Amino acid sequence: MSATPAKAESTPITIAQAETTTQTHSAAPAGDAQGAAAPAGELHTETGVAHGEQPGKGVFPPFDQSTFASQVLWLAITFGLFYLIMSKVIVPRIGSILETRHDRIAQDLDEASRLKSEADSAIATYEQELADARAKGHAIASEARDAAKAKAEAERLKIEESLNAKIAAAEDRIAGIKEKALADVGAIAEDTAAAVVEQLIGGKATKAEIAAAVKLAAK
Amino acid sequence: MKEYPPDGGKRERLAVSNDPTHQFLVNKIVPIEIGGIDFSFTNASLFMVASAAVAAGFLYMTTSQRGIIPSRMQSVSEMSYEFIASMLREGAGSSGMKFFPMVFSLFMFILTANLLGMMPYFFTVTSQIIVTFALALLVIGTVILYGFYKHGFGFLKLFVPQGVPGALLPLVVAIEIISFLSRPISLSVRLFANMLAGHITLKVFAGFVASLGALGALGVGGAVLPLMMTVALTGLEFLVAFLQAYVFAVLTCMYLNDAVHPGGH
Repeated sequence: MSATPAKAESTPITIAQAETTTQTHSAAPAGDAQGAAAPAGELHTETGVAHGEQPGKGVFPPFDQSTFASQVLWLAITFGLFYLIMSKVIVPRIGSILETRHDRIAQDLDEASRLKSEADSAIATYEQELADARAKGHAIASEARDAAKAKAEAERLKIEESLNAKIAAAEDRIAGIKEKALADVGAIAEDTAAAVVEQLIGGKATKAEIAAAVKLAAK
Repeated sequence: MKEYPPDGGKRERLAVSNDPTHQFLVNKIVPIEIGGIDFSFTNASLFMVASAAVAAGFLYMTTSQRGIIPSRMQSVSEMSYEFIASMLREGAGSSGMKFFPMVFSLFMFILTANLLGMMPYFFTVTSQIIVTFALALLVIGTVILYGFYKHGFGFLKLFVPQGVPGALLPLVVAIEIISFLSRPISLSVRLFANMLAGHITLKVFAGFVASLGALGALGVGGAVLPLMMTVALTGLEFLVAFLQAYVFAVLTCMYLNDAVHPGGH
């Protein structure tokens, strides 16, 4: 205990350590040889650890300066190598993985937006064509309707015309028949009048007289 | 050492198993000595190597597929990468990104060392003040060297805030210099003390479980409380392990910002 450095943190620890007289026996054989060769200034703390069998001579291990040189050297070696591996291999590798992924994602996004615009233009084309077809359909339909209407109209006119012709012919024939009938009416009337005159007065009227009389009456 | 007390050394062994600082002992595995200075390969060195190997191995293996669609483990690596990258970009701007490998290495190394330290019987590299201090000096050294290299004496504007009245300026500059000099200390002590205190607390509570359990039926009943405490503390320590690595990285980013943009905030 007398050799313990007066450090506040180490005080309770070293009390606990004081009970453990055999703690460093595993390190003792090597420590003996090293301890003798260590700088004289640190000898007391060093031997305190190395000769663990002396009660209360142990220094708080993390402050044991005899280990400092070895720890610094091995830290320099291991951390130096670790730094080399990290800076030459690991960091470039992970960096390239992340960069590749970012590039790939950006590329995929570009591809997706390109496909989307393609799809949009395809939809626009489709709708354009649909509208065109619809308009064309309308045009064809109305054309057909007009044509049919015109044809029907023409047929109607034709039929009407022929009907009119037939009506006119029929009317002509009726007029002819009527005229002929009317002409026959005079002769019949003359015959009837001659017969009537003969019956009534027993004499015979001349044909000319009867004709004149019938004509007068017919007026 | 050889002369155990009459009870056959039971008390002694119990004391060792309950000694909360035993876990921080640095033991030599391969003794090496160069020029009279001890450079032995120790358990601390072993776990430094392990931390670096686990961190690098994890990052290397999980990203070996280079998947456009990441696997779960690859996501973890990528998330830690982007986590530190965004932290550094926010802290030091895009011109600070040249320090990304360093900050990422620091974060991964400290995080892995902290998490490995949570395993039973494993050594916690970051519970050694010299290790955290060396890492803090690395950060501050980088800030100073890069600051002077990039801005020359303009880097000293860091200590002269703008818009301070002339009379107060010497005082403010003195305070700024002191706060700058205290950075490596606060940076290293924060990490070191957190890991140390957490592990000691865990060990103490776990030790209660063992010693109470040895006392018979009543003791076993009483040991439930410290056991629950140990379980809760273990969860907390995992949080602290991550949080301290995070804090170290955030502060590193902030300090690097001073090197990249001295005087401009």
